[in-house]
Amino acid sequence: MKKTLTTLVLGAALAAGPALADLVFPDLSYRTGPYAAGGIPFSDGYQDYFALVNARDGGIGGVPAKVIECETGYNTEKGVECYESTKGEGALIYQPLSTGITYQLIPKVTADGIPLHTMGYGRTSAANGKVFSNVFNYPANYWDGASVAINYLLSENGGSLDGKTITLLYHNSAYGKEPIRTLEDLSKKHGFTLTTIAVDHPGQEQKSQWLQIRRERPDYVVMWGWGVMNQVAVQEAANIRFPMENFIGNWWAGAEHDVTPAGMAANGYKSLNMNRIGDLPVFADIKKYVHEAGNAAGDGSNVGSVLYTRGMYAAVLAVEAAKTAQEMHGTPNITAAMMRDGMEALEMTDAKMDALGVAGIGPEFSVSCENHGGSGMAIVQQWDAAAKVWKPLTDYLESDAEVIAPLVLEDSAAFAAENNIAERCN
Amino acid sequence: MPDQLLFAMEVMLNGLMAGVLYALVALGFVLIFKASGIFNYAQGVMALFAALTLVGLQEGQVPFAHLINAIFGTDIHHFGWHLPALVAIILTIGVMVVLAIIVEKFVLKHLVNQEPIILFMATIGLAYFLEGFGDVMWGSEIKMLDVGLPQGASFWVEENTAWLGGEGFYGFFIDKLDMVAAVVAALLVISLTIFSQYSKQGRALRAVADDHQAALSVGISLRFIWVLVWSIAGFVALVAGIMWGAKSGVQFSLSLIALKALPVLMLGGFTSIPGAIVGGLIIGVGEKLFEFTIGPMVGGATENWFAYVLALLFLVFRPQGLFGEKIIERV
Repeated sequence: MKKTLTTLVLGAALAAGPALADLVFPDLSYRTGPYAAGGIPFSDGYQDYFALVNARDGGIGGVPAKVIECETGYNTEKGVECYESTKGEGALIYQPLSTGITYQLIPKVTADGIPLHTMGYGRTSAANGKVFSNVFNYPANYWDGASVAINYLLSENGGSLDGKTITLLYHNSAYGKEPIRTLEDLSKKHGFTLTTIAVDHPGQEQKSQWLQIRRERPDYVVMWGWGVMNQVAVQEAANIRFPMENFIGNWWAGAEHDVTPAGMAANGYKSLNMNRIGDLPVFADIKKYVHEAGNAAGDGSNVGSVLYTRGMYAAVLAVEAAKTAQEMHGTPNITAAMMRDGMEALEMTDAKMDALGVAGIGPEFSVSCENHGGSGMAIVQQWDAAAKVWKPLTDYLESDAEVIAPLVLEDSAAFAAENNIAERCN
Repeated sequence: MPDQLLFAMEVMLNGLMAGVLYALVALGFVLIFKASGIFNYAQGVMALFAALTLVGLQEGQVPFAHLINAIFGTDIHHFGWHLPALVAIILTIGVMVVLAIIVEKFVLKHLVNQEPIILFMATIGLAYFLEGFGDVMWGSEIKMLDVGLPQGASFWVEENTAWLGGEGFYGFFIDKLDMVAAVVAALLVISLTIFSQYSKQGRALRAVADDHQAALSVGISLRFIWVLVWSIAGFVALVAGIMWGAKSGVQFSLSLIALKALPVLMLGGFTSIPGAIVGGLIIGVGEKLFEFTIGPMVGGATENWFAYVLALLFLVFRPQGLFGEKIIERV
């Protein structure tokens, strides 16, 4: 009898456990290794926002958010280890900040029923929700980025790039090669000549690549870089006196630390950005409720920077998806499956962003069963070396859906065929 | 002259310059290997640590600020000074000497007469420790390094060589920083050669390199020599850190420049200072010319692996490297 009672009490306690549990948001960060300079501000922003929601709002729908940080060092194997070691904690969503880790996690999260958010990175065709049920890459993906860069150049050239030469300087990895197919298709459509130049990891030495650019004198250089490759490329561009205003990085090559080592020589360099930076009201709340309370994820020095803002934006989107899931399912204690539903029904409007104190941080977009990729819009920003600030040059620009949509369908269909996935949303 | 030939010459010139930068890293390895038979895996991290220390001291950064602030709840980050580059360099040399003393006292002293692989493993441990220690001490954000070195294309070279080619040729591109690196490397090699040939400590260093037991028997302090050689390697690491850090800012990736030194060592030999220089030049020119001629046919980004192919080719015919000492073991 005693044994039965003990079993019942334990069973009741275990059953009650999830009802009292926090909402778990693992943070697969990298604060060490060659890419730490990008990983640290992103993670700081991601964690600080959850801390703010806990301190200011009492959690999400009254349930505290719990962030479990796991160091990946931007290493794919470590990233998978982090996933395996944290998923049992009741993880609601993963944001690995690495295309390599993303590729490994796609089959795992799909099998485990946990959503994966790869904001502006990862597998581009995951935008097709019909095939990728658990993967989301809103608000924009690499192919959107490549297209936005070309659309911007079109606007700079009176709507025609006919006869122009554009060089893609890319990180010689799965990440760096992502935009090639899109740019090839866009070059056919708009009549420009595309040349591609690879830079091997880590990108500390790029003399050959920039000598080639100096010889070929392309009209524009578009860069798909990350880590030290960015800083060296900006310096080498200045060294060969390539016009900085004709040098455009993607959104992973447009943070403050990408340009500051080159000093004034980096003035005029441009980059894409999926999140507008600025003095957002939410930063005052973060300082008041998180930093002054001694709960900052880092040293507090990154607030407002490009990658801090992006990490915080990722957390904003996660929190809003969690709220949506809570409303949809009528319970504050959501599961990963419910979180997935919330992400698929997420709507980000200007009014919502304004109310959250993050007005203009991203474009308006809504997610659906078919579209996991958002609006695909991004801005172009330019570095002002004297003021040491990125200045937005444009509003959110659209990508070329006419070119990108068929590519997404083709790539996702191939993935579905390889993995015997039946299309959803029918 | 045809433009294509001029471009090839330009690539060669820049390969030579890049080779000098590789040689600067390789020199540190050679110095320690020559004197103690240790392959110092930590040489790349020493370059990072030296550069971090230089920028930290120059900018008046409080060491361990994050740790201090976390423990004591303070908010200190800077002393408020900005040191002249020369003063900061001298102080950094001092820090590298202290590091050499610590390494000798806490690591090497306890491993005397151990197998080379044990010493190698110890330097792996040292590398990872130093990497984390540097992060904790100075922070892991990217720092701008400004010691007044010139950067960018030399206009003089460009203007005075532009006439050699047609309209598509703009004159030879040579980075002023690379020219400075070449001069510094030449001065380093000359100084090291004079030091090892003509100074008492230099001769003692060579004696230890030849036979450390015989050197001990004539009263040469092995511990002093190890501190000396690690200090010199620390200084070489600082020079390499400055040259590479000026290009990319001071950041973790600086430690990976060691990867560029390995093929140089394989080719030039682990025990020869001139070998490090010649090896660097051959690797620099070889990889750049290969990228220029073959790279476009195979998708580019060939330099990292081709340097090793080149080194392996030399190894097949001369295992001790171009200038390495031939190992003859008699049974």
